[in-house]
Amino acid sequence: MEHVAIADQVEELHNPSSFISKYVWSQDHKVIAIQYGITAILVGLVALVLSGLMRLQLGFPESFDFIDPSSYLQFVTMHGMIMVIYLLTALLLGGFGNYLIPLMIGARDMVFPYLNMLSYWTYLLAVIVLLASFFVPGGPTGAGWTLYPPQAILDGTPGYDMGIVLMLLSLAIFIVAFTMGGLNYVTTILQARTKGMTLMRMPLSIWGIFVATILGLLAFPALLVSAIMMLFDKLLGTSFFMPAIVSMGEQLDYTGGSPILFQHLFWFFGHPEVYIVALPAFGMVSDVLAVHARKNIFGYRMMVWAIVAIGAMSFVVWAHHMYVSGMHPAFGFFFATTTLIIAVPTAIKVYNWVLTLWRGNIHLTTPMLFAIGFIFTFTHGGLTGLFLGNVVIDLPLSDTYFVVAHFHMVMGVSPILVLFAALYHWYPLITGKMFNATLGKLHFWCTFLGTYAIYLPMHYLGFLGVPRRYYAMGTTDFIPESAQTLNASITVAAILVGLAQLIFIANVIWSIFKGEKSGPNPWHATSLEWQAEQIPPAHGNWGEKLPEVHRWAYDFSVPGARDDYIPQNMSNDDVPLEPGQTLQIREEH
Amino acid sequence: MFATLREKSWLNSPSATASGGFNSEISRKTVALRFFLAVISVLFSLFIVTFLARSQFPDFQALAGQAWQPFTNPQQLWVNTGILLAASVAIQFASSSAKNNRLLAANIAIALCGLFTLAFIGAQILVWQHLIDLGYFVASNPANSYFYLFTAIHGLHLVGGIFVLLRLGLRSTAQTQNSLIISTSLCANYWHYLLLVWVLLFALLTSTPDTYKTLAALCGF
Repeated sequence: MEHVAIADQVEELHNPSSFISKYVWSQDHKVIAIQYGITAILVGLVALVLSGLMRLQLGFPESFDFIDPSSYLQFVTMHGMIMVIYLLTALLLGGFGNYLIPLMIGARDMVFPYLNMLSYWTYLLAVIVLLASFFVPGGPTGAGWTLYPPQAILDGTPGYDMGIVLMLLSLAIFIVAFTMGGLNYVTTILQARTKGMTLMRMPLSIWGIFVATILGLLAFPALLVSAIMMLFDKLLGTSFFMPAIVSMGEQLDYTGGSPILFQHLFWFFGHPEVYIVALPAFGMVSDVLAVHARKNIFGYRMMVWAIVAIGAMSFVVWAHHMYVSGMHPAFGFFFATTTLIIAVPTAIKVYNWVLTLWRGNIHLTTPMLFAIGFIFTFTHGGLTGLFLGNVVIDLPLSDTYFVVAHFHMVMGVSPILVLFAALYHWYPLITGKMFNATLGKLHFWCTFLGTYAIYLPMHYLGFLGVPRRYYAMGTTDFIPESAQTLNASITVAAILVGLAQLIFIANVIWSIFKGEKSGPNPWHATSLEWQAEQIPPAHGNWGEKLPEVHRWAYDFSVPGARDDYIPQNMSNDDVPLEPGQTLQIREEH
Repeated sequence: MFATLREKSWLNSPSATASGGFNSEISRKTVALRFFLAVISVLFSLFIVTFLARSQFPDFQALAGQAWQPFTNPQQLWVNTGILLAASVAIQFASSSAKNNRLLAANIAIALCGLFTLAFIGAQILVWQHLIDLGYFVASNPANSYFYLFTAIHGLHLVGGIFVLLRLGLRSTAQTQNSLIISTSLCANYWHYLLLVWVLLFALLTSTPDTYKTLAALCGF
């Protein structure tokens, strides 16, 4: 059978004509990506405001009447869940996954455009159900983002009635949306690559998104299983997770269930989730670093191996979140070991990023600043992870601000910095305009230094034993008063960082209308998305013919070539040379 | 995969430029279905693992083993299995009819598959009714809860399949033979897969406490 590229198969062409089919019920991956992106950023802003409210209470207790213990817990819960699932997962995979996959592999669209559209609208429904919980009696759930039973569904926890039901329902809907999107991403990457685009020629962004999507497809069912079983416990009175329990002086009908079972299920999803967020970020930051350092990514094959290894290992480390839940010592030893082993491929990646910069022609553009900032915050968060991965060190530090500082550095700040790097890097591609570089750099320094001002002191609070999730410390003997001063300064920094994000939003909106035209390939990048005929790419992405790929995505500064980059779709014969030189492709690393 | 990961992508190897590097013989729908079945497998495996763990708690009373328990002699479930098997046979027949370009036969078989599947779901609901009549409510014991849960989740997957089947039946005349062949064979795979899942669930749900104990011990619970 002769190979017909997916894009050349007539049935897949769906030319939108009306405004509605172009921008609302759109099946174009670029429009869907922007819909995903805007929704995720808006709901992320809600979560940002919630974190501001939490910080106000912690920094200046007894100053704000509208924050009581219940609403504080609700802010904590909704902030965590929105940030992890509805912002990071959705923006990285639904947003960037959708935008970049077809363009970077040389396809005209996703292989199932209709399913892709359905995925976005289902995601939107999940967001609406989630936000609706703010308006039901009792408010949203305040069980913490981990939603541990039995307390999540028992009287005494805020939102134990409607709030938790809507949360579980919203998660289930989100998982359906993700599965539809995820099937699309993996199938597109496997089946719709253009001629010459072998797996090992794909940019690392695509590798990251690809492996993260597979992780998501295999890990989200665990969350779905726990959500369904908890809904049964809540609504039908079953005892999957609920033990025999006395609540408010009353013996409940529940018998003999196992809350620990929920924890295992939750973290069997929860830990891979860290890498669902991290792997696309790893991939995108690799591309940004290579482009702005004008140098091929160091150890490409090693980088791909590391992504695959991290993805596989992420399924055997989950119980390191449960050291204090009570487990057999041998069990703890096993999970501590796997946790420390997963640091090896992760460290390889960090070394390779640094070695990519080594003797590169570094351009300190806004995306590059964010990418380099990521190397700092990620190394920092990764190192504290080594502390917490050890059972003996984790026990005293568990449930303190040290943990809060660790996971915010490693999976809060770090992926967000990459997201900004990616947004600034691909902004010209998406809008055809350049953003304002001065505002971009201002945004970077406020965010980068600000997040250190927030999270670095939190490590010390953790060492002091300040517990997380507490509404107020009250009179606790072992916590010195200076801890409160530190808390106040963290709050001031957090408010400032929150406000600094307005610079970004203003920049994005202002530049769409007033920004300079970017031209076709402003960063002189090699990957396919910048080689499209139009910027932003038109419906169908490519002209008459699909691009043909002749090389990997990292031919920067090749000796003998006139320019310091060779696009992926340029054959050796077409490369413009320095007078009297020949092209010297590296034979071996 | 390991060969792929060892490729030297910075060299212009002629093999890489010659082809797209992927198998164009397999349709993209097949790839998507394989991944989807993997997702469903994970879903059911996790449910089953929690079942085995929960079965070792003292309050768990299995539904089979003693003479008075409802599934010691699960006649009704055998009948239901037969109905689902018939649905599976029907869709297989539709698939082979499509290959031989017998459109009418394929359409009838698709319709039959839908009817058998609906009958299976109805019969499962009758089993629920029977259990309720006997006083085996969803919350009265974890074994009951799991029975309702498993059958409901499995049934929902069939309902989803019926929607696909409906779309296939309505559009079968408008499709090319090639795409009809692919669609019916994918549906057949899905139905066979759900039949297999049901047989596993059937075996699991009607096992005796001793079996659970052995399985749980093998899993390390």
